[in-house]
Amino acid sequence: MIKDRLLDVILSALDDLSAHPLVRRVVYSAALVFFVAVVLIPPIVGVVLKYGLLGDTLRDASLVSRAQSAIAASFIIAFVVSLLDLVAGIPTAWFIVRRKNRWTSIVDTLADIPFVIPTVALGFSILIFWSQPGGLSGLLRIESLVSPGVGLIMLLHFAFSYPIIVRLLVGELQGYDQVFETASRTLGASPLTAARTVTLPMLKPALVSAFLLAFCRSLSETGATAVVAGAFENGPILIRNARAQGQEGPMVLVSAVLIVSSCVIFAMISLLGPRLRLPTKKVWPHFERNLSGPKASLSRDGISLAVFGLFVALPSLFVVLPAASAFADGTIISAISGRGVWGSFWTSLAISYVVGISATLMNLVVGFPMAVVIARRKLGKNITAFVDALVSVPITIPSVALGVSLGYFWAAFGNLPELWVLVLVHTTITYTYFVRTMSAAIESVPNELEEVGRTLGGRPFETFRKIVLPLTKYSIFSGAVMVLTRSVDETGATTAVAKEIKTAPVLLVDWIRSPDKYSQSTVGLGILFLVLTAFVSLLAIRLALRRSR
Amino acid sequence: MPDLRLSDIAKSFGRIEALDDVDLEIGSGEYVCVLGPTGSGKTTLLRIVAGLVRQDQGDVIVDGRLVNELPPEERDTAYLPQSYALFPHMTVLNNVAFGPLARRMPQEVAYERAHRMLEMVKLDPRANALPRELSGGMQQRVALARALASGAKLLLLDEPLGALDARLRVDLRYQLKSLVKSAGLTAIHVTHDQREAMIVADRIIILRAGHVEQVGTPYHIYLRPVNLFVANFVGETNFLEGTVKTVDSSGAFVELRGGLQVRVRETSYLFGERVVLMVRQELTSAKTYGWDAVNALHGEVSAIRFLGDSLRVEIRLVNGMPLSARIPISQIGTYPKIGEELAAAFRPSDVAVFPAPVRGLEAEIRVV
Repeated sequence: MIKDRLLDVILSALDDLSAHPLVRRVVYSAALVFFVAVVLIPPIVGVVLKYGLLGDTLRDASLVSRAQSAIAASFIIAFVVSLLDLVAGIPTAWFIVRRKNRWTSIVDTLADIPFVIPTVALGFSILIFWSQPGGLSGLLRIESLVSPGVGLIMLLHFAFSYPIIVRLLVGELQGYDQVFETASRTLGASPLTAARTVTLPMLKPALVSAFLLAFCRSLSETGATAVVAGAFENGPILIRNARAQGQEGPMVLVSAVLIVSSCVIFAMISLLGPRLRLPTKKVWPHFERNLSGPKASLSRDGISLAVFGLFVALPSLFVVLPAASAFADGTIISAISGRGVWGSFWTSLAISYVVGISATLMNLVVGFPMAVVIARRKLGKNITAFVDALVSVPITIPSVALGVSLGYFWAAFGNLPELWVLVLVHTTITYTYFVRTMSAAIESVPNELEEVGRTLGGRPFETFRKIVLPLTKYSIFSGAVMVLTRSVDETGATTAVAKEIKTAPVLLVDWIRSPDKYSQSTVGLGILFLVLTAFVSLLAIRLALRRSR
Repeated sequence: MPDLRLSDIAKSFGRIEALDDVDLEIGSGEYVCVLGPTGSGKTTLLRIVAGLVRQDQGDVIVDGRLVNELPPEERDTAYLPQSYALFPHMTVLNNVAFGPLARRMPQEVAYERAHRMLEMVKLDPRANALPRELSGGMQQRVALARALASGAKLLLLDEPLGALDARLRVDLRYQLKSLVKSAGLTAIHVTHDQREAMIVADRIIILRAGHVEQVGTPYHIYLRPVNLFVANFVGETNFLEGTVKTVDSSGAFVELRGGLQVRVRETSYLFGERVVLMVRQELTSAKTYGWDAVNALHGEVSAIRFLGDSLRVEIRLVNGMPLSARIPISQIGTYPKIGEELAAAFRPSDVAVFPAPVRGLEAEIRVV
């Protein structure tokens, strides 16, 4: 009772405060200042502070050539994988939305697996499935069907970026009004012609976004890539290796190039993508009608499901086997009792969650006002659009390069505790996810509702908490979950920043890369714990949200 | 009951001038309709009064109090958009109680008041329903109850009937006005439906491209439009361009193209002056060919439209000018045929005369 009254008094005071334009300006300005000072500037300025290291590196031809190859590999892999993802993802998304049978919901659920499993677990799973005797290679009695290297990296990146494409396109297809397709069918177009010439062009912005997200994700991935890379180096792996070898010059060079080039490419695709013309003018009525028939549709569905099963679902779930063996060989007892390597594992897991929860709270506090600024265009149409574009910067830059830059930036502030730096770095990395989710959610609540609330006597904060917040609570949940899971899953930037502290995924990568010291069942069980705790935390957030209703 | 005064209001959005030099006075308890085509600035005007948009210049004065600097929640206005903006996550009761609670009334008093308002709009039995469970008409009444419960004295209605189907719209027009009147509120009702404005308004304000064209009672606006735009926008009108031929003490003769002559009561124009004559279609009748009377203009039927309560006969005059006559359904003898020769006739006192616009008639009456 007293607690409720106290809460009422506090909320009432905040409502009154929000009625002052100056207070609102201060809150929005603080959000902007935080964005510029903590999210935008550090990733760019950090490497600039170390430009002095570039001279020696650039004079070393072998280092330059190594860096060039690694950077080129990063972009080629990201481009090819994103393209393959689109080709494979469109039919799967179509299958999930348009076919009505018992398989659709199964595929729909399974498509999210690579989302849920931490990437380091995904890397390990794919390594065993494609490359080690315990997987497909053993079944085919081949030493290694796909050896660690560029091929395995592509298989890994395909698997984890595939659900991004499918999820985004499923959402778009569900929201797409089929009346356009129906109209073109009544005008004589076959289903395939209608889909190719009407639906896909209308979904072009979503296709470009999906491609961009998959591209950025592939460019950024470090931890799982390290697991499957073997001796091969792409940009993030080179940075990781250079850091391990104490070569700061190549680290700074590759980070700087990746930061600049990824921003430029992101901007170019964002600008030019929507202008891309899909081949819609030419129609092959007979050929396309044949391809629209029941047999052809069945074959198409079969192929897309086979690709999904073989390249995404099965390899992603394969990690279950070594985890299960941990229950048979007694590893589970050591793990629970915290003996041997497990002591450091539990510490790392705890650190992961401390960092993840802190980053989530930071985002809730500083990301919310920013989401309002963007969704309600508080800075005017043009400046808001510009700020909105800038918010994408952290996800555009490969996380390991971001980590290198942020590490240098925060090191310039003297003796900041490493844990604080990690929290700041994870906040930067996850900021885009939270602000994007929240701004989209706030934008979906008609401004009219708030306006009417205001004319009925509600103060700005009062209308926001009584109208907008309840209508966006599931997005808050999604945003918080995204931030927490992304943070707990983060490897690249953490590797680049942390000297003493090891988070769970970083520790697991070390374990996987030392197969002589750590058995598959130990690694499998460690991964299982990481996955289980992720599920428990999701559940906890959901319950907390339900209680606060 | 507050009165409202808008003085020299101007508002631009970039290069688009939404309102310019708007001066208005709305009396206490008045029900005023703002009528105008799309993009004329109706909604902007309403939002400025509500405090949702800040005007570039000019003053908003409510009950003698300058409210320019006041935020929406302190203006004592209630804004009802076309969508009603009922809060979808709240029950009907909580929606209606939102205003009183926001104005810091004790909970019991706020809910008691909400119930009273729901009773008034006959929706108390649905107090625990969610807005999506109600029909469009019920939602409209909830929105109205919510506005009334907030204690606002100035009601700002933005196309409040626009989202309803035609039949319901007709029924709710009367309910809306009687509820507002019985609650003793002042209301500004924005609409682009002239019929709706004619029926509910005490006074109508005609807006065009951000300018007030005319303010007056529906009767006055309909029969005495101040310019060609208002004449065309309100009601269905015939326009005839001609030149003043003779002027005497009781009226004038205007010569149309081809030598046709029309008698008017207007005497203020000079010989030789170019004018546009305006006569309402329902004041124009169709007579048999050869009808010999003042202002009987002969021609042949070019189109016939059945309107339910009347027949609109479009006649191409012998000089090529078009003219439409309305025949009430009760007065249709034999159904006219396309190509049939007829005479269109109207009384001199029913003709309004306007100076011919410099930029041409088409440009002057263009709605969009």
